[in-house]
Amino acid sequence: MSIRFDKLGVVIALLIAYAVLAAPFATFRANRIVPGDANGILDALPAGAGMLLLGLMACAALIVLLKTPTGLRLVAAAGGLAAIAVFIGMAATFLTPPSNSYARVSPASGFWILLFSFALLAADSITRLRPLPLVRVLLLAITLGGAAVVLMSGLWDGLSILKEYSGRADVFWLEAGRHVTLALGSLFASVLVGLPLGILCHRVAPLRAGLLNTLNLIQTIPSIALFGILIAPLGWIAVNVPGAAAIGIRGIGAAPAFVALFLYSLLPVVANTVVGLAGVPREANEAARGIGMTDRQRLFGIEFPLAMPVILTGIRIVLVQNIGLATIAALIGGGGFGVFVFQGIGQTAMDLVLLGAAPTVVLAFAAAIVLDALIEMNAPQRERSRAA
Amino acid sequence: MIEIDGITKRYDGNTVVNNVSMTIEPRTVTVIVGTSGSGKTTLLRMINRLVEPTSGAIRLDGEDNRSMPGFELRRRIGYAIQGHGLFPHRTVAQNIATVPVLLGWGKARIDAKVTELLTLFQLDPAAFSARFPHELSGGQQQRVGVARALAAEPNVLLMDEPFGALDPIIRAKAQADLLAIQRLLGTTIVLVTHDMDEAFHLAHKIAVMDKGALVQYGRPAELVKDPATEFVQTLIGTSERPFRLLSIETAGDAVEPGPAGGKPLAETISQRDALSELLWAGRSALPVAAADGTILGRVTLEGLTRRAAKPQ
Repeated sequence: MSIRFDKLGVVIALLIAYAVLAAPFATFRANRIVPGDANGILDALPAGAGMLLLGLMACAALIVLLKTPTGLRLVAAAGGLAAIAVFIGMAATFLTPPSNSYARVSPASGFWILLFSFALLAADSITRLRPLPLVRVLLLAITLGGAAVVLMSGLWDGLSILKEYSGRADVFWLEAGRHVTLALGSLFASVLVGLPLGILCHRVAPLRAGLLNTLNLIQTIPSIALFGILIAPLGWIAVNVPGAAAIGIRGIGAAPAFVALFLYSLLPVVANTVVGLAGVPREANEAARGIGMTDRQRLFGIEFPLAMPVILTGIRIVLVQNIGLATIAALIGGGGFGVFVFQGIGQTAMDLVLLGAAPTVVLAFAAAIVLDALIEMNAPQRERSRAA
Repeated sequence: MIEIDGITKRYDGNTVVNNVSMTIEPRTVTVIVGTSGSGKTTLLRMINRLVEPTSGAIRLDGEDNRSMPGFELRRRIGYAIQGHGLFPHRTVAQNIATVPVLLGWGKARIDAKVTELLTLFQLDPAAFSARFPHELSGGQQQRVGVARALAAEPNVLLMDEPFGALDPIIRAKAQADLLAIQRLLGTTIVLVTHDMDEAFHLAHKIAVMDKGALVQYGRPAELVKDPATEFVQTLIGTSERPFRLLSIETAGDAVEPGPAGGKPLAETISQRDALSELLWAGRSALPVAAADGTILGRVTLEGLTRRAAKPQ
């Protein structure tokens, strides 16, 4: 029997080998801001556990390296992720001296490389298995559920990021709420305004170039500059429009952040609506008119359903973009996960930065998967039956 | 009856259709021919007001076509285009039901109509109703497109190069089906094409458009006999004239009494095809049979030659 290697597997196996053998697994620091000591797997874990992790990683690397069934590869990815999740928690407990609340243990480069390798492997296996959209959402739910169980079990409580969290639990959830409100609220507003604008652009050709170029221009304004530009008009509105201040409109804070995110969101929504509508087969439109559909019936019965996948793609771009961009809102007092990022940068406490960054990434990632599934479920029959 | 009365269409000073008047008899097939840019499609689209004329009027059974909103008018007129124009996200049944749904027919009546039309177009309702357009062959898509145009039982069916995207074999079948259905339902058909063979095969009357003007409107034989202009002459093709004449009528129309040997011809094929069969068989006469197989008589080389000669 000849041994055959998997192309991507070779890369992943090399990454795993490097992460396990050469890179540090966990970093120990005496307190949250001093530089730390990096520890390899054998130093970071009790002797038996370290050997066990090495063995597990060797098995995973072997499965990845060779041409193995995709299902097995997915199991290896899930197992690898679970293993490093458990062992990093153990490392935290092992490295922290008893009753020392200043010491910090955080994952080091080796851990992150392993996380990346197994995530890549999981993504690759899932792509190869081509699961139905609902199954993908289910896989996401299982993964998030697994992470939640680990979090609640206290396994990670020794890790620096959770030590940062434990002191700020109330604020964390408050900011999480603000972050989601900002991202989703501005998305909702941009869809509400962008869809009609897109339809208008599609129907009134002379408007198209002008409006799309304006939105393009807005897209190029750096977010901080946009916040600055918005201070004056929003401040004016707060002072001069009765009731505006009462609903929270001010020159700084959530209002300018919301407006900025809304403006950034308009381009993808409007542009994708225009492209989607333009992609509707000319004959279908022509026939719809020729057999007596009114403009409204044609829009809702023919054009919208056919353009929906492209429009949803635009909404997906906006959602992921907004979840990331909402981090900046903290700069002008708009709240959100950015609060931790900027506090952390200010205090050179990278664990605090991580506390803001990690949930943002998870949120954006989850949103992307859910919307991708939604897009696929809305795709024309043509593509679905071809994929089947 | 469709009366086109001094209709003109200008776009930014460009005259696309210039003062065209013609009367289309009910229950006939009228084919509008011309080169691209001759204004034939614009003329067709002014009948159901997809294009609004600059001046002139069009009357359907005496009623001005501007007496009701455009979309209501279009629901009463069938419309089929090249490349079928089926809605890709709707099933065959939903596509055919489009206009009846717009008109608010009851479900039972719609279902019955869809089944009737699918059967008429030789598509098994059980197998095809739930399919999507992309799951059909080109010929099937085209048939569904025509079925959709006929769903609300219109008196008038407008067709814009309906068979342009089909390969020759399927096109011939589609043309034969269209003629059969026209005879069955008595629909008035106005069809635009640039294919002269198609025009001669289908038309009771042919309208020739050139640079926006109607240069000749008459029976196919008249066009061959007395072309109004050089352009009509070129369009018909000088060397094609006898064959054009033969392609107007069927073998059944040329039947003479008398015996003949060989494989019988179907009475529905054109005289042109009959001539071709005679030449190929190397015989001077062949029997002609009706659909049920009874021998009606024979066609002869001599008889067909006479019919192909310049009418006196």
